[in-house]
Amino acid sequence: MRPISDAAVELSRAETPPVRSGPNKPVDAAVDIEAVESLEDEKLYAARRKIYPQSVAGTFRTIKWVVLAITLSIYYTVPFLRWDRGPNAPNQAVLVDLPNRRFYFFFIEIWPQEVYYITGLLILAAMTLFLMNALAGRVWCGYLCPQTVWTDLFQAIERRFEGDRREHFLRDRESWTMDRLARAGGKHVVWLFVAWWTGGAWVLYFADAPTLVRDLATLQAPLIAYAWIGILTFTTYTLAGHMREQVCLYMCPWPRIQAALIDEHALNVTYRYDRGEPRGSLKKNAALRAQGRPAGDCIDCHQCVHVCPTGVDIRNGSNLGCIQCGLCIDACDAVMTKLGFPKRLIAYDTDLNIRLRQQDKPAVFKPFRLRTLLYAAMIGVVGAIMLHTLATRSTEGLTVIHDRNPLYVRLKDGELRNGFTVRILNKALETRSFVLTVEGLSDIDLKVVGEAAGSGRMTLITVGPDQTHELRALVSTYSTLPTAASMPLTFRITDVKTGAKASAADHFFGP
Amino acid sequence: MADERVEVDRVTGTATTGHVWDDIRELNTPLPRWWLWLFYLTIIWAIGYWVAYPAWPLVSSFSRGVLDWNSRQAVVSDLDGLKAQRAPMVSRLEGANLQQIVADTALFDFARAQGRTAFAENCAACHGSGGAGARGYPNLNDDKWIWGGTLTDIAQTIRHGIRAEDEETRRGVTMPAFGRNGMLTRAQIETVVDYVRSLNRLPGEANANLALGKQIYAQNCAVCHGDDAKGSREKGAPNLSDGIWLYGADRAIMIDGLWNGRGGVMPAWAGRLDEVTIKALAVYVYSFGGGEN
Repeated sequence: MRPISDAAVELSRAETPPVRSGPNKPVDAAVDIEAVESLEDEKLYAARRKIYPQSVAGTFRTIKWVVLAITLSIYYTVPFLRWDRGPNAPNQAVLVDLPNRRFYFFFIEIWPQEVYYITGLLILAAMTLFLMNALAGRVWCGYLCPQTVWTDLFQAIERRFEGDRREHFLRDRESWTMDRLARAGGKHVVWLFVAWWTGGAWVLYFADAPTLVRDLATLQAPLIAYAWIGILTFTTYTLAGHMREQVCLYMCPWPRIQAALIDEHALNVTYRYDRGEPRGSLKKNAALRAQGRPAGDCIDCHQCVHVCPTGVDIRNGSNLGCIQCGLCIDACDAVMTKLGFPKRLIAYDTDLNIRLRQQDKPAVFKPFRLRTLLYAAMIGVVGAIMLHTLATRSTEGLTVIHDRNPLYVRLKDGELRNGFTVRILNKALETRSFVLTVEGLSDIDLKVVGEAAGSGRMTLITVGPDQTHELRALVSTYSTLPTAASMPLTFRITDVKTGAKASAADHFFGP
Repeated sequence: MADERVEVDRVTGTATTGHVWDDIRELNTPLPRWWLWLFYLTIIWAIGYWVAYPAWPLVSSFSRGVLDWNSRQAVVSDLDGLKAQRAPMVSRLEGANLQQIVADTALFDFARAQGRTAFAENCAACHGSGGAGARGYPNLNDDKWIWGGTLTDIAQTIRHGIRAEDEETRRGVTMPAFGRNGMLTRAQIETVVDYVRSLNRLPGEANANLALGKQIYAQNCAVCHGDDAKGSREKGAPNLSDGIWLYGADRAIMIDGLWNGRGGVMPAWAGRLDEVTIKALAVYVYSFGGGEN
């Protein structure tokens, strides 16, 4: 075991960047040489620097806890919500029914051919992400991303077992003792439990949850369910327990895209260097002030670095590693309050405003600008289209495909006939009867193969609840020849009870 | 760059790798080390894969892998799974007669789906993908049936064929080669062809002797095709008055038919296809729309 004092020095060094430079300070020649020396053993592969984020309390930490509680409770409990749809459909509120190709979401039921709702949802998600980014940067990364939420949860568990930053850091440098083993073991057991629960909740979205829970417990569930729980247990445990900020730094595409989408008016977690610099220890800066020389409010206490879950120094300006969770704001505010300085040395602000303040101009906040208005408008339009299509979603449908070969058939008595594959969709949850009719030629006959023939132009078809029925329809004309080689036809179904209609257009071909 | 010192890019403050192309230096943005381990892991995975699965070409064969997996076996087991899944419907199909199949919507749909695949595999080569036929191969969509178009007739034709090597096959009367065998002269054949064409309002020779043609028809053709030219299913003699022609409506083709004779063959499928498939095919062909009740 090494002396604690050595390790403490190492701790303070570990997360102190070797190069100290403000965001607007160019790297000068002296720094360059220093960098060369420290980079001599720089390799092509970077070892991970383990991060020990310190716990923190404050506004943004509270927001993050609330968001965590809400999102995780939604995730873990939604499969158990019930929604009565009658006898012919599952009563689970949210269910992805892969074997039957149905997606249920409360009052919405989506068929595979209605996958455009998913497209709309993805567009809405992207636009919301862009809008959040245009307003306040990486809100998604800092508060809502599953990687962030689960990492937060795993870190909270870690602190229970391993203690806070300093304690954990020092223990990691001790030799293995029973105590350390028990703490590490307990942590991993709880992590695995949470990961397992996460995977377990995932599969519940794909089958009747109470039944599946019972089947899983009695080892009756299908192998694929166990396999998916295994996969998600592994990924959750690895990503939230071990990979953490590495996911944000190396794996996630959003920081790259985000950097290209941001503009100067988007709020970012920003170190107000106009107020903070020149930084220095409390005593040194007090002395400078006493001499009437410039001194900043930043006392260089590194609290903002210590609480950072990705280990960046916000004072270097906004960068790829910063997920903008606001925890450094909480940490800095606590220090500023203790010192009797005004809060928000680090705050949601923009570099533009810092420059404006330096020029004694008022700060500008422009949440309403072309970019945000366009995003909002797109969200509004796509949302309105989706609402409209959902509200007017028909519960019946009709598709018609003309025979490709032969295009037409001539019968013994000179009658011309075309064959069609007709599919009737009944999206309602009860059995319905439809009258199938066809129009377009003056002298026309409709026959459905295998169904009791109707009269001349119509046939009665019954389709089961939430099902489709494919049938073969033969359309004939007794006229010697239609007036053109191809005549437009309209197929129509009409619900016998409600009168609801659906139609499909096709053609009648002749010689 | 033989120099031991790492050069640092002045603008970004990032070290370079020492690689220079046309005075362009490469910044060193190191990959995370775990990425390297993942790369090694994929190599180890590949080695495991070589051991487990077929991988390496050998002189006359290949390494088969300890799992003894092969794609052929995978297909077979997939098909077995499919058969097991379909077994209940197949056994219902087995137990029902053709009329019962058509009357039962679920069974009818299932039979048509089975029949569609079997038709594409076995029948489409001659009859076309949609059963539209070709010269000498009847169109199965229309309502003209030389050998009968009820479900039973269709199944009989599929099972035992026409003029096929099968004991129960139907042979009827083969159309004789009237010209080649010297039974009719060229002029007589042309005359009787023009007479038959006139029955169908098809154009013939302008000055054709239709009365003579009718006489030749009565003496040579009516025995099979009937006095009214409506044909005979027992003899397999087609109706010559309905405007639908198996070999085409050209005068020259009709003359050729009389000169050289005809005798279309349909193979017998019993033994090649199982009984359930034959039933499904009969129902599918029937559902083209020309089926008789």
